[in-house]
Amino acid sequence: MLLKKDQVTNWLNKLMQTYQVFAPEKEDNSFYFRQISSGDQAILDYNNSSIPPKEVFFPRSEKLFCYRTEKGGVQLTEQIGEEKKVVFGIRPCDAKSFLLLDKVFNGDQYVDPYYLNKRNNTALVGLGCNQPAAACFCASLGGGPFSQEGLDILLTDIGDQYLVEVITERGRELLSGMDLPVAGQEAQAAARSVKEDAALASAVDLGGLKYRLDVNFEDPIWNEIAEKCLGCAACTYSCPTCHCFDIVDEVAGKEGCRVRNWDACMFPQFTLHGSGHNPRPTGKERLRQRVMHKFKYFVDNYGATACVGCGRCIANCPVNLDIRQVIEQIGQAGGVQQ
Amino acid sequence: MFLKMLTRAIQETAQRLLQDKEVDLVVGFAEGSLPLRNTPCFIRQPEDVQSLVWGYGCENNLAVFLRRRPEKLAVVAKGCDSRAIVELIKQNQIDREKLVIIGVPCQGMIDRNKVNRLLAGRELLSAQVNDGQVQLKGKDFLETAPLEQLLHNSCLTCTHPNPALYDILLGEPVPEKGIGLELSNEADYDAKSPAEKQAYLQNELSRCVRCYACRQSCPMCFCEECFVDCSAPEWLSKSSLNVKDNVFFQTVRAYHLAGRCVDCGACDRACPMGIDLRTLTHRMAKDVQEVFGYTAGVSLEEKPPLAAPISLT
Repeated sequence: MLLKKDQVTNWLNKLMQTYQVFAPEKEDNSFYFRQISSGDQAILDYNNSSIPPKEVFFPRSEKLFCYRTEKGGVQLTEQIGEEKKVVFGIRPCDAKSFLLLDKVFNGDQYVDPYYLNKRNNTALVGLGCNQPAAACFCASLGGGPFSQEGLDILLTDIGDQYLVEVITERGRELLSGMDLPVAGQEAQAAARSVKEDAALASAVDLGGLKYRLDVNFEDPIWNEIAEKCLGCAACTYSCPTCHCFDIVDEVAGKEGCRVRNWDACMFPQFTLHGSGHNPRPTGKERLRQRVMHKFKYFVDNYGATACVGCGRCIANCPVNLDIRQVIEQIGQAGGVQQ
Repeated sequence: MFLKMLTRAIQETAQRLLQDKEVDLVVGFAEGSLPLRNTPCFIRQPEDVQSLVWGYGCENNLAVFLRRRPEKLAVVAKGCDSRAIVELIKQNQIDREKLVIIGVPCQGMIDRNKVNRLLAGRELLSAQVNDGQVQLKGKDFLETAPLEQLLHNSCLTCTHPNPALYDILLGEPVPEKGIGLELSNEADYDAKSPAEKQAYLQNELSRCVRCYACRQSCPMCFCEECFVDCSAPEWLSKSSLNVKDNVFFQTVRAYHLAGRCVDCGACDRACPMGIDLRTLTHRMAKDVQEVFGYTAGVSLEEKPPLAAPISLT
């Protein structure tokens, strides 16, 4: 089907009658997935958001429940919302990240109602990447600039209109009443040419990486890799698959809330014991943990790599510590070959 | 071209220092992995010095890597790095005897946020700087902009582009623009009422995700335990639910750095959310100058504010 660009606002306004709609919104020079109140707030002419749309299901700080002590007991208020949502205009890499997060938050051993409730109530409208950014390497992780994996609808920008590919039944529902024309051969050809033209500037070779990580925990290469790391969370907080969290009670007087916050393995406090002992005492152990979690532990636990190649950690790192180069360095270290 | 000459001079100096075993380590910059980007690098072998370069993306303050190091080392230092080093020596964080400062006069560094703003969503794939012009190339475009327009604000208002302290000076000193330079938005900010200033900061810091890139990139943030990480007492909440806590964090950070902050802008450059942190740090550095007559990082001898009688000249 075909959707004229000037119809997008109408479509969004229509969707907003039924759904909470989250779309890329521009602030200063950056884009954020935020709930919009009018279709024209969505800006689809963007590369990628500063913070990944995982925020919609797994916010930076989320109230799990609130409580108030009263005479005779405690009154609890659950904070789980049931609203139906649409995340509009997300990139295929971010859609793929949700499939990875699902493994953690909806696994065999643990089901997280806070994440899952939002996730199950949400449809995803993707926007293919005509021009992948300099730091993108999604194809190396099994994705692609126009990958449909995890999406309900994929839009492809072919000039003054979008080619609309409906992927799921949920996607079809989003278009009900829109009465879009079928894409002719010309539009199909235009979309094919856009897709072929969308070259990725970079790639990584993951061949043998898992095996090397299995055996090089003590390799001196980690000292070298971590040397310039400042130990901030610019990488983890901008990562669509990082999901570690910390839970705190925020209390004032007789009432308070239990809040779940993003946490980062790059912080010393992440594994600091009450005794003062820290099993990851320096930046080396902490950066190694981040790499191991994505490319080894997650593979061991879920059979998938916890990276989608979105490039945010590369673009956002204050010292340009590039995960693509880290992967390359590990590949060259040790001399162990499978 | 002077960047290539500086690059060669840095490499030769590093090679000599390592070969003569004057130092065990040279901290400098290498080519980065993205256009207009350099990255900190650590060289220990004389044969590896070719990695060292000088460019318009040497934006980090390398003094952050120099605190309490056991080995003898050399550092490539532009004006702001050298000023941070001066303060760190005064604060007993750097042993002057173990440090060789390779001073490099700084031509200013390019602000990637300004580049992105100029390109308005188009993706930069390569860039070149020639004769004061920056050529920006992407998939279907070639854009040229004056270098001056793309430099960091902290470079445009820099009072000490030449190293304040060095053992070896490479290249020719660059002209200094004088002191008291104002940020482009400074008059606007100063004219605001306290409530408007608070509203401005709240709006900026509403984007803060508490990644602490600002703190980690700052050479002067070296507290054993930062007040934001304390849990008993918990000075401020760990969540970002309340923007006022973000403002509180940055305000305390700025106050704590008063008299040490050299206004290098490293925190501002590190912020992945593009939050304007420099309005605070710049204001603070100016206030210290006005109230205590002290400019951080320009002299090893001058005692820090409150450690010496106040001299207003």
